[in-house]
Amino acid sequence: MNIFSKRKEQLDRFKAYLHKDQDNQSIKRSVPEIIEVCPSCHGATTKDTLEKNMYVCNTCQHHFTLSADQRIAYLLDKNSFKEIDAHAKSANKDNFTMYQSKLDQAISKTGHNEAFVGGIGKINKHRVCFGVLDSNFIMGSMGYVVGDKITRLIETATKRKCPLILVIASGGARMQEGILSLMQMVKTSAALAQFDKVGGLYISILTKPTTGGVSASFAMLGDIILAEPKAMIGFAGKRVIEKTINETLPEEFQKAEFVLEKGFLDKIVTRQELRKTLSDLLDLHQHRRR
Amino acid sequence: MSIENQKNKTVWEKVVIARDVHRPKATDYIPLLFENFIEFHGDRCFKDDRALIGGVAYFNSIPITILAQNKGKTLEENLVCNFGMMHPEGYKKAMRLAKQAEKFNRPIITLIDTPGAYPGKGAEERGQASAIAQCLALFSTLTVPVIAIVLSEGGSGGALALSVANKVIMLENAVYSILSPEGFASILYKDETKAKEAAEIMKMTAADLYDVGFVDSIIKEPKNGAQENIVQVVNALIEQVSLDLQECLKMKDEALVRSRNEKFRNIGVID
Repeated sequence: MNIFSKRKEQLDRFKAYLHKDQDNQSIKRSVPEIIEVCPSCHGATTKDTLEKNMYVCNTCQHHFTLSADQRIAYLLDKNSFKEIDAHAKSANKDNFTMYQSKLDQAISKTGHNEAFVGGIGKINKHRVCFGVLDSNFIMGSMGYVVGDKITRLIETATKRKCPLILVIASGGARMQEGILSLMQMVKTSAALAQFDKVGGLYISILTKPTTGGVSASFAMLGDIILAEPKAMIGFAGKRVIEKTINETLPEEFQKAEFVLEKGFLDKIVTRQELRKTLSDLLDLHQHRRR
Repeated sequence: MSIENQKNKTVWEKVVIARDVHRPKATDYIPLLFENFIEFHGDRCFKDDRALIGGVAYFNSIPITILAQNKGKTLEENLVCNFGMMHPEGYKKAMRLAKQAEKFNRPIITLIDTPGAYPGKGAEERGQASAIAQCLALFSTLTVPVIAIVLSEGGSGGALALSVANKVIMLENAVYSILSPEGFASILYKDETKAKEAAEIMKMTAADLYDVGFVDSIIKEPKNGAQENIVQVVNALIEQVSLDLQECLKMKDEALVRSRNEKFRNIGVID
């Protein structure tokens, strides 16, 4: 038995104790799941503490997975975000039944119609086109709706000459949508190339995970590429590579620190520093010589 | 161009034909399609990726740049060119030669035949994702005509990086997909042996890609594939490339960029 399952058992007992007298829903709601276990160090923390700490483990600095709404709350000025294209839903053109139920589940789990939430907001009073991929929605994978929404956001940024900031958490192209999904790599990259031509500033923020067709398109095209500590960043999956080369890869392989050392990131920024770093960069780019 | 003809074969049969070791490779097509080919090597940074053949030649007396993925014909060649699976240095070589083509106003013709970009340790360390992303972005801005010919296998991002073209021509039995049917089966059915079933629903044939709007024309092959009679395929290819080049060469720089990007912009649009 490993430490994790031992800890989980202890927690379950603790939770059972907390819940022991409740037999109706109203009590259940007043005693929420108040404990979270860090997937990295297995330490237990109250949800309150985690929330105050932007879901970064106090003990080991592990950055927990965030939802799109949490990202918006942590990075943008309060109530400044106006979502664009929120209605867009995948039409499941190939009629996979399994895919449709996955989509439905993801929609009810995240409260969003797709894995990408984008719009216009402010960071320390700087107006930005801002988008975030939510890995709780089919691994943040890019189907045609995600691709098209991102492209439209880039086009909006191009038209308005507005800086673009994308927070990425994606396993890559969405396999269930096949070729339609693959083509989104071209579409987003081409839109960014046009944004680049008009002198637009694009900052991409890579979080866990940034892989496959998403890393091989818009994620890696930032003028400035930032990443969260220990974020998994790469093209092929680690297991696929291990199988191909018949070799075990070191723990640090494809972690942000490794990717920075190889020269593909500008800076690793902790979650607590991220808003300030973005604000500083936006400040500096405002004072451009024409 | 006849789409009805394709219905005679199952998708899996096409996959088998596309991967056949005896199917003609880029090195077979280059001397038949072009004249006076001169190969150029290297990415000017790390090394020469032999999975990609690059260089200059004439097509119908027009100077052009060739970028061709090569799997190799013998086991020895397979190993030298890594079965057509490119590393970042390959995509960087492609970008270097594409910029050179733009500088000297030469159309670019790409030949596509790869299982995918190489999933290896060195490839990751040298930025496979970054190289492919940059390739996609660069090709979307080129002011010269780009024509892509899908010869046999078009595997995911590795093939896509050389497919950002004004015109995409695909051989009748070639396949093009987001990943291999084996990979698709192992992800979606958790069972690699269901590749045949996966292939049927993956929409990876020339006709499927024509419907999506990615492929512009399909080249008919002999009954048992291009391996049966390459000359017939080459003649049809020369005819199609001539038509496409003529059309593209009439366009101004900006129109070329716009029409290339519109093609991809319109694939998978929200309401």
